[in-house]
Amino acid sequence: MSVDTSAPGVVTDLASAVAAHVEDGMTVAFEGFGHLIPFAAGHEVIRQGRRDLTFCRMTPDLLADQMVAAGCVRRLVSAFFASGSAGSLYEVRRRVEDADPAPLEVEEYSHYGMVCRYQAGAARLPFFPLRSYAGSDLPELNPRIRTVTDPYGGPDIHVVPALNPDVTIVHAQRADRHGNVQMWGILGAQQEAAYAADRVIVTVEEIVDDEVVRADPNRTVLPAHAVDAVVACPRGAHPSYAQGCYDRDNAFYREWTPISRDPALLQAWLREWVYEVPDRTAYVEKVGAERWRSVAVDERLSGRVDYGRRYAPQEAAQ
Amino acid sequence: MTGPLSDVPPASTEFLATVAARELEGKQRVFAGVGLPTLAVDLAVRTLNPDLELVYESGVCGARPEAMAEGIADSVLVSGAAAVVPMPVLFGYVLQRGHVDVGFLGAAQVDRYGSLNTSFIGSWRDGARPDVRLPGAGGAVEVMANAGEVVVVLRRHDPGALPDRLDFCTSPSPVAARAADPRAVPRGFGLRTLITPKAVLRRRDRFGELEVASVHPGVSLEEVRASTGWDVAVSPDVVETRRPRVEDVRLLREEIDIVRLYLR
Repeated sequence: MSVDTSAPGVVTDLASAVAAHVEDGMTVAFEGFGHLIPFAAGHEVIRQGRRDLTFCRMTPDLLADQMVAAGCVRRLVSAFFASGSAGSLYEVRRRVEDADPAPLEVEEYSHYGMVCRYQAGAARLPFFPLRSYAGSDLPELNPRIRTVTDPYGGPDIHVVPALNPDVTIVHAQRADRHGNVQMWGILGAQQEAAYAADRVIVTVEEIVDDEVVRADPNRTVLPAHAVDAVVACPRGAHPSYAQGCYDRDNAFYREWTPISRDPALLQAWLREWVYEVPDRTAYVEKVGAERWRSVAVDERLSGRVDYGRRYAPQEAAQ
Repeated sequence: MTGPLSDVPPASTEFLATVAARELEGKQRVFAGVGLPTLAVDLAVRTLNPDLELVYESGVCGARPEAMAEGIADSVLVSGAAAVVPMPVLFGYVLQRGHVDVGFLGAAQVDRYGSLNTSFIGSWRDGARPDVRLPGAGGAVEVMANAGEVVVVLRRHDPGALPDRLDFCTSPSPVAARAADPRAVPRGFGLRTLITPKAVLRRRDRFGELEVASVHPGVSLEEVRASTGWDVAVSPDVVETRRPRVEDVRLLREEIDIVRLYLR
């Protein structure tokens, strides 16, 4: 890589970024809808021993199970409490069903409810309306889901409150050294969650030259003005995936179910794969070449688009 | 669709997926979930409706996967898709705007009006801890409110899964929405078709009750009634559910789920 990352700015390492921005008791969003889940950053938060976090995520996934089991999380703000098709998040379930080994506060919405909360937060609006909840028990379960009178004469409509995380953490395919972040594939609610936050940490597969970003500005999901820290963190989304870089480790997701079911196994897993692993580079090495081959993807390039450029006066005259 | 019929049992995934696939004949755009709906949608594209547009909750529209998806956010859904849109677009402009004709949902409990529980088994009010923490709403409440109609496939048919009263109403039918606020009923028909291991139940009216439309081969109407948690209505023209064709089962086993992820 020819990029000069020594210049002062937003480029940093993961341990420094987490130490600088994530404090005990904060509200932290980790977004990425089944894709680009910021596992490496989550593991660093675990290693630094953060406590009492309000953990926000549309679909908690294994990352929530791991961070809850590590004792980082006091409150879970979410819409779905399973691991996609792969099964239950047993650490989350133990805490919710039996307060074992400790209770977990849950603030529950639907997926669109979470999206609307981030949208309101991003635009610094107080709340956001949606049509989902008439007749549902969700507003009784979560009294922060309310109704307002439509001032234009329509029926009352449900609203959800703005969500403004202290920190939002996302993973992306690439960024330049200024913090302009590009991603492709499933984009989830990363843009909304980032703009909703006070501070934003982005881990990326690679840091690229400015010209790479400027050659395709429509692919920039987070402009540098919205980003506080950028960290080069190849394979930082494993066991989830990064479109075009490596595929989801479906085998690991299946392996998680028995680990999650047994608290002792889960704690042993955290020791082996988080506490005793200094950083993502060591994790990548520990995962091993064979496993990386199993999630390797073949090339399928996009076409190119022509952004055009205006002729300079002397060119136009010719 | 003609051809010799298969004798796979009615509770099998092959049987249920084929019955579910038939619901997609003549539809334009389906919101497909993971698991059995993945099989049903793929089978429908191969047999009944090659132009069906597949929309996934992850924001993928017009998916054309080269391999079977292992989840709604699988990378194979993205490569070669017509569009990938972010969440506010998917939920706000595609779904709530009304572009989805059929939504596939799962549930732990379904009531007579087609409201769904995917949240809790047991009590939850007044700070009680539930017996079972189910996955929760996800996007199901949005699909129920905004899809043209909803199809649910249940893997059980007993009074626990089809109770007189839900333990928790996650995704309300138009009947439940109207009871809450007669002016705020969302656009969707709600649940139109419920497919169980014993029968197919349908609602003919947006504010009506489920009634038994067809009973699977080898299952009696009495058994269906006794297995339902309320005094279930029966359509005057109830029939036996048409079996899958041998070709449907072959496609599912040999071309769609070749790794046997969903077929056991």
